[in-house]
Amino acid sequence: MDGVGVNIAFWVLAVVTIGAALGVMAARNLLHAVLFLILTFIGVAGFFLLLSAEFLAMAQIIIYVGAIAVLVLFAVMLTPHAGQSNSETKMALPAGLLALCLAAIFVFVLTDTDWSSVGSAPSVGVTGLGDALLSTWVLPFEMASVLLTAALVGAIMLTRNPEDETPEADA
Amino acid sequence: MSGWDTVGPQLAVLVAAGLVLLVDAMLPRQRQALPYIALAGLAASAAWTASWVGRDDFHTAFGGTLSLDQYAVFFYFVFAGITAAVVLASIDWVNRAGRSQGEYYALVLVACSGLMFLSAARDLITIFLALELSSIPQYILAGWGKDQKSSEAGLKYLLLGSIASALLLYGMALLYGLTGTTILPDIAQVIQQGGDTNRGLLVVAMVLLIAGFGFKMAIVPFQMWVPDVYQGAPTPVTAFLSVGSKAAGFAVIMRIFFEALGASFLSDDWFKIFAVLAAVSMTLGNVMAIVQSDIKRMLGYSSIAQAGNFLVGVAAIAVPGHEFTLGASAVLLFVAAYAFTNLGAFIAIIAISQKIGSDEIKDYRGMWRRSPFLALALAFCLVSLTGIPPTVGFWAKMYIFNAAIRADLAWLVILGVLNAAISAYYYLGVVRQMFLSEPEDEEPIRTTPPIGISIAVATAGIFVFGVIPMPLITAAKDAVQIFAH
Repeated sequence: MDGVGVNIAFWVLAVVTIGAALGVMAARNLLHAVLFLILTFIGVAGFFLLLSAEFLAMAQIIIYVGAIAVLVLFAVMLTPHAGQSNSETKMALPAGLLALCLAAIFVFVLTDTDWSSVGSAPSVGVTGLGDALLSTWVLPFEMASVLLTAALVGAIMLTRNPEDETPEADA
Repeated sequence: MSGWDTVGPQLAVLVAAGLVLLVDAMLPRQRQALPYIALAGLAASAAWTASWVGRDDFHTAFGGTLSLDQYAVFFYFVFAGITAAVVLASIDWVNRAGRSQGEYYALVLVACSGLMFLSAARDLITIFLALELSSIPQYILAGWGKDQKSSEAGLKYLLLGSIASALLLYGMALLYGLTGTTILPDIAQVIQQGGDTNRGLLVVAMVLLIAGFGFKMAIVPFQMWVPDVYQGAPTPVTAFLSVGSKAAGFAVIMRIFFEALGASFLSDDWFKIFAVLAAVSMTLGNVMAIVQSDIKRMLGYSSIAQAGNFLVGVAAIAVPGHEFTLGASAVLLFVAAYAFTNLGAFIAIIAISQKIGSDEIKDYRGMWRRSPFLALALAFCLVSLTGIPPTVGFWAKMYIFNAAIRADLAWLVILGVLNAAISAYYYLGVVRQMFLSEPEDEEPIRTTPPIGISIAVATAGIFVFGVIPMPLITAAKDAVQIFAH
């Protein structure tokens, strides 16, 4: 895909995504920060679409915007003393300067690099993705499922109230 | 394409984890059997690994994402041993807490399988997932105590660990973007073809990778989390973190930098980075350790310094124009020696602090009178950490420094020896408290059989390999043969 339209879309998405990401950092109100976060996710989904990765774009919207962001919103709204505002920090200025320096280094390096060796992006449909996940990448795929199980077990263990736990059997 | 037998050691550990959870849920009366199920799983894993020892038919599995070689075999043994020691050391501690026992052992086992995958993975995606598979259970375990300090430890570890993972992912994304592949040897091939036109980007990617793994290895400047997490986490978990994730970090970083970033124009850069990090880690870790009054914090800073010693070996690998298996085998020897020594020290501390309820070094006064066995064992471990013969710690330091001298890194060796002298001050300070001061409380400290056995095994390992180090050295040299081609 090449053309003026794609270029325009890229720059619009870039401005929206990075602007929203900055908004997440700068917003004083936690709710606003979460809303900015949703906008960032949508921007990223747009990039996936531009790269002809429709499935990824859809997954990004459904999982990140649909599930995760809504969960975060609920968590913020249901937490009574979460404080509606981010606290002030004295490190904002030095951290900002450091981030600018890093950004400068990255921009310099990324523009300086010869990306021609990469070739074109692979275009893989949902079928191809499924095949790949269950053949070449079956090991990482299964590791991810073990990882999720362990995380679930841990989450339940950490949030369980100690008083509700079953007493020792032989006590 | 099959190949599930190539992950047998990990599967054995994971099956044990599942069994532990099931028994915990279904047979609550049999809870005291849980640690022994875990140990049986680890033993099965080690037995499976043992069937591969000495086989030189190196091959890959799962489409090249996993590598089955003697390097992985070496680390499988190390991780099975470390986890077994941690499980033994946890028994009393977990019994006393009396809750979430099944979850505790299951998470320790899952983390162990992650560490094993990490040492065998030869693809960026697998490496990242293995890292998370070992890290996430450790974040949870650090907060297992549920008191304020433990929760703080868990949260700090989680937040900083996530940042480290993000940096690591960015580095991996840059590598993939440049080369179009995630398999380590393929990355090396593309980089070779491209020559050094893209050196800038590769250096940035390397720095990001070092930052991500540096967090796991606890090297300066990625060490901020160490003292608080080590102090707040349950002590058996601290032992696991200080030995397990550190060893895995070095295992994977050597594999990545050898197999993917071994091009000579790159190793010129990374050996300098590693040499500087080694110097800073050793010095800062030791200087900060001197002023600590809490023994877990002291060992935390000392582990940063020890990571600096590992890095001396890693830096020595990369210096062009010398036999580089020397540095690699020195690092592996150090990993094994450090595992015995630090585990022994931590388990002795667990036994002592369970009784006296304190981690303050001043409360260790006169420990010799209260428990000659624990005092002697802890003293022996501290002597080995300092690097004094006849302990395995001495050989490990000697091999590391030998490799560094051969690699013309004399300045680093001088710094390392100076640091060993500094470390002797605080390690032997504890020994002096234990043997030369009068106890405030004469009450003897008894150890339970699991703790006694694990300490005995660790100290026996330190002593036996301190007197006859050749078997361990040979094993380390065999393990790094894959890098020789």
